Amino acid sequence: MAMEMRLPVARKPLSERLGRDTKKHLVVPGDTITTDTGFMRGHGTYMGEEKLIASVAGSVERVNKLICVKALKTRYIGEVGDIVVGRITEVQQKRWKVETNSRLDSVLLLSSMNLPGGELRRRSAEDELAMRGFLQEGDLISAEVQAVFSDGAVSLHTRSLKYGKLGQGVLVQVSPSLVKRQKTHFHDLPCGASVILGNNGFIWIYPTPEHKEEEAGGFIANLEVISRLRNCIISLVTQRMMLYDTSILYCYEASLPHQIKDILKPEIMEEIVMETRQRLLEQEG
Amino acid sequence: MAGLELLSDQGYRVDGRRAGELRKIQARMGVFAQADGSAYIEQGNTKALAVVYGPHEIRGSRARALPDRALVNCQYSSATFSTGERKRRPHGDRKSCEMGLQLRQTFEAAILTQLHPRSQIDIYVQVLQADGGTYAACVNAATLAVLDAGIPMRDFVCACSAGFVDGTALADLSHVEEAAGGPQLALALLPASGQIALLEMDARLHEDHLERVLEAAAQAARDVHTLLDRVVRQHRAELRGGHRLVLGAGFPAADPAHLHVGERHGLHHGGGAVCGRRPCPGFCPGLRRPPQEVGGSASGLA
Repeated sequence: MAMEMRLPVARKPLSERLGRDTKKHLVVPGDTITTDTGFMRGHGTYMGEEKLIASVAGSVERVNKLICVKALKTRYIGEVGDIVVGRITEVQQKRWKVETNSRLDSVLLLSSMNLPGGELRRRSAEDELAMRGFLQEGDLISAEVQAVFSDGAVSLHTRSLKYGKLGQGVLVQVSPSLVKRQKTHFHDLPCGASVILGNNGFIWIYPTPEHKEEEAGGFIANLEVISRLRNCIISLVTQRMMLYDTSILYCYEASLPHQIKDILKPEIMEEIVMETRQRLLEQEG
Repeated sequence: MAGLELLSDQGYRVDGRRAGELRKIQARMGVFAQADGSAYIEQGNTKALAVVYGPHEIRGSRARALPDRALVNCQYSSATFSTGERKRRPHGDRKSCEMGLQLRQTFEAAILTQLHPRSQIDIYVQVLQADGGTYAACVNAATLAVLDAGIPMRDFVCACSAGFVDGTALADLSHVEEAAGGPQLALALLPASGQIALLEMDARLHEDHLERVLEAAAQAARDVHTLLDRVVRQHRAELRGGHRLVLGAGFPAADPAHLHVGERHGLHHGGGAVCGRRPCPGFCPGLRRPPQEVGGSASGLA
């Protein structure tokens, strides 16, 4: 069996490859943004000695009188209506704690979960005892953000048939800033797999349900499609491209001539993503 | 070594530097993709790696959670091959604990912990090669890593060591100079305001000389700040360059009139993003008119 080894090579900076010059106003912590006291301070800034000072490294954004600094990489910050994919970390008295790559673990209340059979009633003590039967530590769920608490913790709900525990599939964890905001985050790709693009950066790839009916035992038959999709997503993320259904699909199609395991090699990754970018530009303009 | 003079008559040190000169500093941010923030720094021959996880939920005992602040947890570790003689250093030993505590004090002063109540920020620092100034290298690496993770800080924390030989204050001591046994001082500074985050010295120094040594360390820390600032801007510019192009390309029927910036859409859009809502109403609900970018009013290297 052949084995491939590579020597470490310095990464090429992205801007060199793309040849783009950026004119964003970049600040670092400690930089004075403005001495004008008429502005309201937003995230990423603090007031010190009559001056507005940046507290994160990022670009300054101004919306009328509000100034904020947006860091390039942060943990997921919940907003009402987001779709998230999370992992159960704890089963507490009337709720579950879900890990969603945010600053604090999210909360899924027992009352926010649909009972089997769709009945609407007050949750009783038996329901509390049966909680572990629904969701255990380590289970993956898809849910929607219901509310955000004052300290930033997020409250989830699964009050729809499309949310709930996730079965067989593959999870990919990316940075939340790379997932594009869209109308729907549940996509059925024509290649035979479906994908859930969680706003928190957790991406779930699973076989499309019609195909799944045919198999017994819950094993994934089209594992190849799912592996290829996973590698495509990782290559898009490495090249810092936004993730949405079209870009993932184009990347999948561009990767078909290559073997699945070759997709992660740097030179092939570049080639595939370049082709994807081309197609997206053509489609747009 | 007998007769080794740390400062020659012409004013040169053992490695050829001048009294106030720093060693060559090279740094990189974002060396690990899996951590929230990471950085690697080389100060001369001293090499340190810092990794930051957080803010995240407190693991382990829930009782340690502070209701109004984030908990900063620092761990220092020194590789067995970092010094001249290979020496196994168990994790809980005194030097590691003390260094961890000093790092924690330094970063609690700089990180705005009130913004993340009940959460925890972990900073792990590993020294790969120790050639003097390990505390300073750790602090500088950790600052870059915390910045990479997007955790809000008051300012950079820049550190440097300083010593005193023959009436002259030396900045950025190497191992040879430290081992010679003279007084040494480690200073961690917040450069913009000039505030001291940590000052440490455990030798005897006459108070008349303290002012000069402190000034040498502070000047060296400010020089370190200039270098780290450049590293951060370069790193940001690299990442931003890729990010921006993609956002413009991925949207069908992108209309330049719709290009706007706003905090409303959160961090899923980079700067200059097009609103992803379909159908696009033509303006961002909640904004009256398209906002403009702020003109250059910040100090520092732009």
